[in-house]
Amino acid sequence: MFNFKSYVKADSIQEAIGFLERDPEAHLIAGGTDVLVKLHKAKGQFSHLIDIHDIAELNFITRNDEGDLIIGPLSCFTSVAESTLIRKYIPILSEAILTIGGPQVRNMATIGGNLCNGVPSADSATPLMALNAVVSIEGSHGLRQMPLEDFFLGPSRVALEHHEILTAITVTRDNYTGYCGHFFKYAMRNAMDIATIGCSALCKVEDDILTDLRLAYGVAAPVPIRCKSTEDNVRGRRISSELLDDIGQAVINDVRPRTSWRAARDFRLQIIATLAHRVVKQAIMNAGGTIQ
Amino acid sequence: MAIGRSVKRVDAVAKVTGRARYTDDFFIPGMLAARYLRSTIAHGRVKKIDTRRAASLPGVEAVFTYEDVPRNKFATAGHPYSLDAAHKDVADRLLLTRHVRYWGDEIAVAVAENDLILQEALKLIEIEYEAYEPLVTLEASLAKGAREIHVGSKNVIGESHYAVGGKIQDALAGADVVLEGRYQTQICQHCHIENHIAYAYMDDLEHIVVVSSTQIPHIARRIVGEALGLPWGRIRVIKPYIGGGFGAKQDVILEPMVAFLTMKLGGRPVKIDLSREECMIATRTRHPFEVKMRAGANKDGTLVALDMDVLSNTGAYASHGHSVAGAAGAKARSLYPRAAMRYHARTVYTNLPTAGAMRAYGAPQLEFALDCIIEEAARKIGMDPVEFRIKNVARQGDADPLSGERFESCGLVECLQRGKQLIRWDEKRAALAKRRPGPVRRGLGVACFSYASGTYPVCMEIAGARMILNQDGSLHVQVGATEIGQGLDTIVAQMAAETIGIPFEDVHVVSTQDTDVAPFDTGAYASRQAYVTSNAVFRAARELKARILEHAGRVSGILGGELDILDGAIVHRGDASRKVVSLREVALDAYYDKQRGGQLTAEVSHKTCTNAPTFGCTFVEVEVDVPLCKVQIKEIYNVHDSGVILHPAMARGQVQGGAAMGIAAGLYEEMLIDPKTGRIYNNNFLDYKIPTVVDVPDIGCEFIETYEPTSGYGNKALGEPPIISPPPAIRNAIWDATGVQINELPMTPHRLYRYFKEAGLL
Repeated sequence: MFNFKSYVKADSIQEAIGFLERDPEAHLIAGGTDVLVKLHKAKGQFSHLIDIHDIAELNFITRNDEGDLIIGPLSCFTSVAESTLIRKYIPILSEAILTIGGPQVRNMATIGGNLCNGVPSADSATPLMALNAVVSIEGSHGLRQMPLEDFFLGPSRVALEHHEILTAITVTRDNYTGYCGHFFKYAMRNAMDIATIGCSALCKVEDDILTDLRLAYGVAAPVPIRCKSTEDNVRGRRISSELLDDIGQAVINDVRPRTSWRAARDFRLQIIATLAHRVVKQAIMNAGGTIQ
Repeated sequence: MAIGRSVKRVDAVAKVTGRARYTDDFFIPGMLAARYLRSTIAHGRVKKIDTRRAASLPGVEAVFTYEDVPRNKFATAGHPYSLDAAHKDVADRLLLTRHVRYWGDEIAVAVAENDLILQEALKLIEIEYEAYEPLVTLEASLAKGAREIHVGSKNVIGESHYAVGGKIQDALAGADVVLEGRYQTQICQHCHIENHIAYAYMDDLEHIVVVSSTQIPHIARRIVGEALGLPWGRIRVIKPYIGGGFGAKQDVILEPMVAFLTMKLGGRPVKIDLSREECMIATRTRHPFEVKMRAGANKDGTLVALDMDVLSNTGAYASHGHSVAGAAGAKARSLYPRAAMRYHARTVYTNLPTAGAMRAYGAPQLEFALDCIIEEAARKIGMDPVEFRIKNVARQGDADPLSGERFESCGLVECLQRGKQLIRWDEKRAALAKRRPGPVRRGLGVACFSYASGTYPVCMEIAGARMILNQDGSLHVQVGATEIGQGLDTIVAQMAAETIGIPFEDVHVVSTQDTDVAPFDTGAYASRQAYVTSNAVFRAARELKARILEHAGRVSGILGGELDILDGAIVHRGDASRKVVSLREVALDAYYDKQRGGQLTAEVSHKTCTNAPTFGCTFVEVEVDVPLCKVQIKEIYNVHDSGVILHPAMARGQVQGGAAMGIAAGLYEEMLIDPKTGRIYNNNFLDYKIPTVVDVPDIGCEFIETYEPTSGYGNKALGEPPIISPPPAIRNAIWDATGVQINELPMTPHRLYRYFKEAGLL
């Protein structure tokens, strides 16, 4: 039994924003796979719920005339992972999503919920960050957009005002065209687990040159992060095993893992460095590159 | 013939269709819910408690604290009662406590209309503690001047030792090589699907009825009586279907409390349904062991000495206490009966969740250490690890060096030989020897074990069986032994069908045990039931068969001695094709013929005074990804000597389930505790890592079928044993792959990282 005190159901974005404005204690619930766990632990602050699960205008996956991919935040993981558009243009997102929970969880959990929950282990965050995804946010003051990278403020903190809702996740055409990638989730078991470290690499290869690399990590810092200095240092270099070794070394300066009872910092660094090497290598190979 | 066939489980349809009823499926109008107030410190004393606000919350029926409960200290272990005071389980509990001994200890209990009201009510209880330093480790608990967790205990609950085969010092001194090691195992959880749940009510003013998810209804009745200070006959315990136990329900946990509550509330029904989170801190766990070992071996491959010293951590309360470490030690004797051996064990109280019985009862902990040092001995003298074991393990005709009991059946050598073939040991070892080590490496490992088929001679082993021939010629069978998912009801039906000579489908087994009705049996534990119960079922079936034939003789005019029963028909003994009369006709005659009639039944209570050792081994090939600190099992086989296999499909199920649990203990599962506060970090299934279906590999399983003459059908224990040998086999394979000896469990990536780093692999 759950001890929630109020429950309303919104049918549109505007209605949901209205409910949020009226109840300062309210929380949105979509798939419920995070919120119900919090309710189970009897966290009082999740006892006022606004159910947005059935808002049709937030449940879509499209590619517009410019070729940009737009994902409605209420798309459940299964529909994102199985979407022909996603699998064709940004398969790394599909790969990442299929590592989440089990089939039942993926049928319920939404991609927007995963991002708005704001935890550093969110498995959909790193592929979208590597893709330079942009989020659209609507609230009583209107619509705004920001890079997903700026959306994460801290553990369980995202750049949403109380009256605001995430309404779209966009990956523009130039951010996926010509890129190939690879995702790897390092966890203690192969399903139904939280990432110890998550890693997404996206790269562009031309004539054995790594013309672009985007490397993102989950659980390597208080929020999902991009390894910008590593990316800058290796862009334009010739592909070689030394390059991979350099990437493995360089990422250490981009990450800030911590020791918790779940894993020690030095262990996480070992995994981060190993994954940098292996995940980038696989991404390069997916892009047609060969490693000497 | 029903034995040896994979007949359809008698409860298959009920369970698959969801019709089987478990404790929570029964509902009585007006049933109240109860919940414990649990401590938020691991060690200390309640200075003040005020329950008035909680008690006055609408919907709350009552709140009780440590001040309200009977002063009878009781023991909770699901053992038979002992007449020997020295062997009695330690009675160190009251229903509620003022003295807090672990994080989550039970201080008060609230009863209300429903669980939501209880959650609110518990928040309203005001409590003030005097906190003591939590004694989380063995060292802290045994340190000079450490506060006694139970007054007068010195924090040691029990100590035992044995020595066999001559002086250990002499044996070690004479050995060509001597090895020494320290090994550590972890706290594991049972993780049965159905959490602990029980309810109680009174139908009159005297008798208390308790319905519970328990492995041991008859023992539960006695312990409820002890805890409440009531004559045992006034307690009635009913056990419906249960969703697994693995030993956590071989303990009396909720039954005395619900019985107390219904008594206090005028007989109204009261239920306690623990959450998973509560179950994982406040029921039972597996004892972690710290083992110091010395082994001596000669260059010819003879194991000459084993010196074992165990410290077992029982946590906050006794439960099975020192019995677990004691029982573990006995298994070493039946595995290497020809070596000189010394065993010493102490069991220690700490401020951790209480450890109790868990599948294989101490054997996995000791066998881990044992197989680590055996492996080292083999490698030190340069002998193939399998050959070293084959040379030294028990053989038929060996005897327990302490009790002198002969091993009537023993197929361990054959198990090892078969396992070696299955994994293609020689071929793969030769190939591995040539490989250059890279970041991803392969290795082979082996481990073997011995276990028992019951608790004799430590405990009394009684089993009861009752059989009634129905009017239609079918049979009703009732046993005191309990079905807990392992398939006991089906096995009992097979045994009865086999001995009497009727079709399996004509046997109806009463699944529920109700202590007012069921024959006496102490329950499901120690892998005892198919062995101990078989002796009662066999005798009852034999008696009933004789009575049926005697009556068939009266009906047919042919002497009973010349008749037999085959597939439900009375036939001529010499010529089975000559059918004399159907069983149905005999049954109807017996029930209704006024002159010669009389009901045909049999009831036997049989005491078993033997205990057949059971054997087996694990072979495994692993791939170790050194930089990622991960182990993947490529192939694994469990080969068992459990005597005659009664039901091959269920036997394979036991082996695969047990080996999977062993893999879990080897590579995944452990309770994590804050060393400063004693708080449990991971009492949920997100953070306590049970491997999933995609983590557990295909598990190969074979049986070397021996015949055990001391059991009714030639069978020996199989329920617990499959869990024992996978962890050390995996550990030995990791050593083979990486050159690194991991001497603690579980071998998670976190731990491998530390070991690989120390070894310079990273």
